Amino acid sequence: MPDAPLPDAKSPAAKSPAASGKISIHCRVNGRDETLCDYPMARLLDTLREKLRLTGIKEGCGEGECGACSVELNGKLVNSCLIPIAQVEGAEIRTIEGVATQGQLNAVQQAFISYGGAQCGICTPGMVLAAVNLLEQNNHPTETEIRAALAGNLCRCTGYMKIFEAILRACDRTEVHS
Amino acid sequence: MRHPIIGESVPRKEGLAKVTGKAIYTDDVTFPDMLYGATVRSQIARGKIRAIHFDPAMPWDEFVVVTAKDIPGKNCITLLEDDQPCLAADIVNHPEEPIVLLAHKDKYLVEEARRSVRIEIDPLPAIFTMEDSLASKEVIWRTNNIFKSLSVDKGDVDAAWATADKIIEGEYETGAQEQLYIEPQGMIATANPNDGVTVWGSLQCPYYIHKALSALLGLPADKIRVVQLETGGGFGGKEEYPSMIAAHASLLAWKSGKPVKIVYDRAEDMAATTKRHPSRTRHRTAVTRDGKLLAMDIDFTLDGGAYLTLSPVVLSRGTIHAAGPYNCPNVRIRSRVAATNAPPHGAFRGFGAPQSVFALERQLDQVAKAVGLTPDEFRRRNFIRKGQTLAVGQIVHEEIDMSELLERALKLSDYNAKRERFARENPGRSVKRGIGFASFLHGAGFTGSGEEYLASIADVEATPEGRVRVYAASTEMGQGTNTIFSQIAADALGLDYADIEVMQPDTAQVPNSGPTVASRTCMIVGKLVETAAIGIKQSLQQHKFLQEGYDRQAFVAACRRYHDEVGPLRATSRYSPPPNIHWDEHLYRGDAYGAYGWAVYVAEVSVDTATYETRVEDFVAVQEVGRVINPVLAAGQVEGGVAQGIGFALYEKVVWQEGRMINNQMTNYIMPTSMDLPPIRVYFEELPYARGPAGAKGIGELPLDGTAPAIINAIENATGICIRRIPMTPEDLMAALEATREKAIA
Repeated sequence: MPDAPLPDAKSPAAKSPAASGKISIHCRVNGRDETLCDYPMARLLDTLREKLRLTGIKEGCGEGECGACSVELNGKLVNSCLIPIAQVEGAEIRTIEGVATQGQLNAVQQAFISYGGAQCGICTPGMVLAAVNLLEQNNHPTETEIRAALAGNLCRCTGYMKIFEAILRACDRTEVHS
Repeated sequence: MRHPIIGESVPRKEGLAKVTGKAIYTDDVTFPDMLYGATVRSQIARGKIRAIHFDPAMPWDEFVVVTAKDIPGKNCITLLEDDQPCLAADIVNHPEEPIVLLAHKDKYLVEEARRSVRIEIDPLPAIFTMEDSLASKEVIWRTNNIFKSLSVDKGDVDAAWATADKIIEGEYETGAQEQLYIEPQGMIATANPNDGVTVWGSLQCPYYIHKALSALLGLPADKIRVVQLETGGGFGGKEEYPSMIAAHASLLAWKSGKPVKIVYDRAEDMAATTKRHPSRTRHRTAVTRDGKLLAMDIDFTLDGGAYLTLSPVVLSRGTIHAAGPYNCPNVRIRSRVAATNAPPHGAFRGFGAPQSVFALERQLDQVAKAVGLTPDEFRRRNFIRKGQTLAVGQIVHEEIDMSELLERALKLSDYNAKRERFARENPGRSVKRGIGFASFLHGAGFTGSGEEYLASIADVEATPEGRVRVYAASTEMGQGTNTIFSQIAADALGLDYADIEVMQPDTAQVPNSGPTVASRTCMIVGKLVETAAIGIKQSLQQHKFLQEGYDRQAFVAACRRYHDEVGPLRATSRYSPPPNIHWDEHLYRGDAYGAYGWAVYVAEVSVDTATYETRVEDFVAVQEVGRVINPVLAAGQVEGGVAQGIGFALYEKVVWQEGRMINNQMTNYIMPTSMDLPPIRVYFEELPYARGPAGAKGIGELPLDGTAPAIINAIENATGICIRRIPMTPEDLMAALEATREKAIA
């Protein structure tokens, strides 16, 4: 190995990003008022995971392709890796942690467990949220509509078949209960 | 009467945690005072490291910096051979080869620092193709660039050519494929001289990492602990490379005395970690006039990348599967895996077999055509039957009837009617329809004597409260280990699914059950779990604490009594090879696998000759994998495998430039989405396998083998175009169709 010059401790050091430059953002997350303090261009994904410890949101690609980081922003499904927190002032955010209410699983979550919709589980939070979001807009989707609604959520394990089935079953259950 | 638990689709053990977002994956874990690690890699394919420059603008005193000089033990990732360094010291042999490690408490700053290290390398001539490697245009690995070569011989191939009515030749290629688990790779390490090293991470094989860290750090085995966290998919991609990341995190932790986390982003994961080996297969097949196979001469080459890693074993599986489930009196297979200056290729579900099976099933459609038979009739005349011998000389003892599987698959897919209808309707239409199939087998467990060498162990324990715990190193990565082990143990003990707990794979707690690979978890380790569970029952019965016909309450009482009067109740089971199984590693002959999965897959496609888009419209997967333990999980394995096979055939193209993957993003490496897949219809034949747990065999890899050739055979049926290379993207199809049109005009 050629001698690597040791990193010089006395070199004119570039400053670490200063603590200043952060902004305070007020929003509602899973029904609770939150103040997020972070850099304006911090990714919503990181802020929710790191400041609020909402680690059900996953990073799969960091470029808005895979949907593992899906959250609901004002009722719309978005990739939280593409949202700077400066955009969420006053927003209503829902994550996978807000889908089961008072310990009661959403019909979609129950159906994912019963019908094999989750395998490795890494896409599952985003996938469940995408399905819940769909069913809240359209409680009797066709399989074609389900496919279109999930097109931004990639799953490498299931081949999607059991996910479609779980969502169709969840609709049946919703119907029975409503 | 107790409800039977085998064959029941009980919900996955960790399902609740997964659907609520509470399952803990590597990146979800943080430690106080933790640092974030980053890897500085070679930008070129091959060369001599001249210098490492650290940009003086960075505050380097805040960073932990590790180079090869900081490695306390041996600078290699111990696996089969010790040729792959943990950090390149003098020479780099592929792009993305790790050279320097950095850590800092600010994960954004460590990224900036990575860009502030410049590695000065004097380039050396590099090899980027199998052909150049085989021709030794440059010798880049030992004396001849060959990691391993194998020969299989059955009968006398050379004598068969003279008696043949037809001889058909063909060459086929498959590309690299990225596993693309949705959770990128990651590890967290803590290290200090007193306690040794502990790593937590996303991984398939805890004991591979254990062994690698012991050699790297020069520590005894009891100072190394490896813990698997929830793992977001593996597919082989987390078989070997996690040892590298664990090594890097450990070195940074060792030097800094602080916990260090390394999580790759997608681009780094795709560029640096292993992929499916690219392959080239040449076939020369002799047949009689009435379509009986006389001889198969198969030449199979894999591109191994820059280091040996697992390539010899991938080559082995690819070679053994190259002649398929057919009865051919004369077979010669010559195979080798060659070095190139690309990141090492590695394990990916199927492990060499999808490559060689693609070539075979494409070739046999050409052979059928040459002798004027339909693809199905040609297969029927040549399927292997019980009592006949496979290419490696293994006599088939299983009761399999491939013709029956074929009939069922053709019927379920309405194959004959569709073939006829498409032939009638396709002329004059711009969207052509086609249907095709592949028939294949896949060996479960390690090849040959592999399981004997592994000598895997699993333990089962019963607590005083009658709770049953399974201790095994087999990891859950989505395929259902936790669930099926629980079903197997519950069945063996006559208990409920809920009574069984599968312990987290932690080398401080679980014995070495071998790696979670090779479709071996259910059949091999599941059998150990079953045997150990029976051992618990026998211990209780030997002490007369438990009578036959017991219920759960009696079991709990017996466990309590055992603990009070005898002590802890734990049973161990160690693998022993089935009787009458013999494998000769030198001749490459004998019983290659204890059992096989058998399958026929049918694909229906539409090919738009204006846009060159191919869609798979319907898919029927019929297989025999022994007793099915959990139908929903088993079908899920097949559906997911077929989806990956569709990607392998049509979408997933790794674009290489001087040994580097340049489309290392999900935006331009395309895997199937919910919009791209047909209905995948899965059917099981169940012939209980006497040596498997509750009669089960392996299933995980099987679906990768036959999917791609079934699709390409269907495309040939639709268009008449013979595609010999996958992935076949729309651009490739356009080139092929235009070439045919030009030929027709000329």
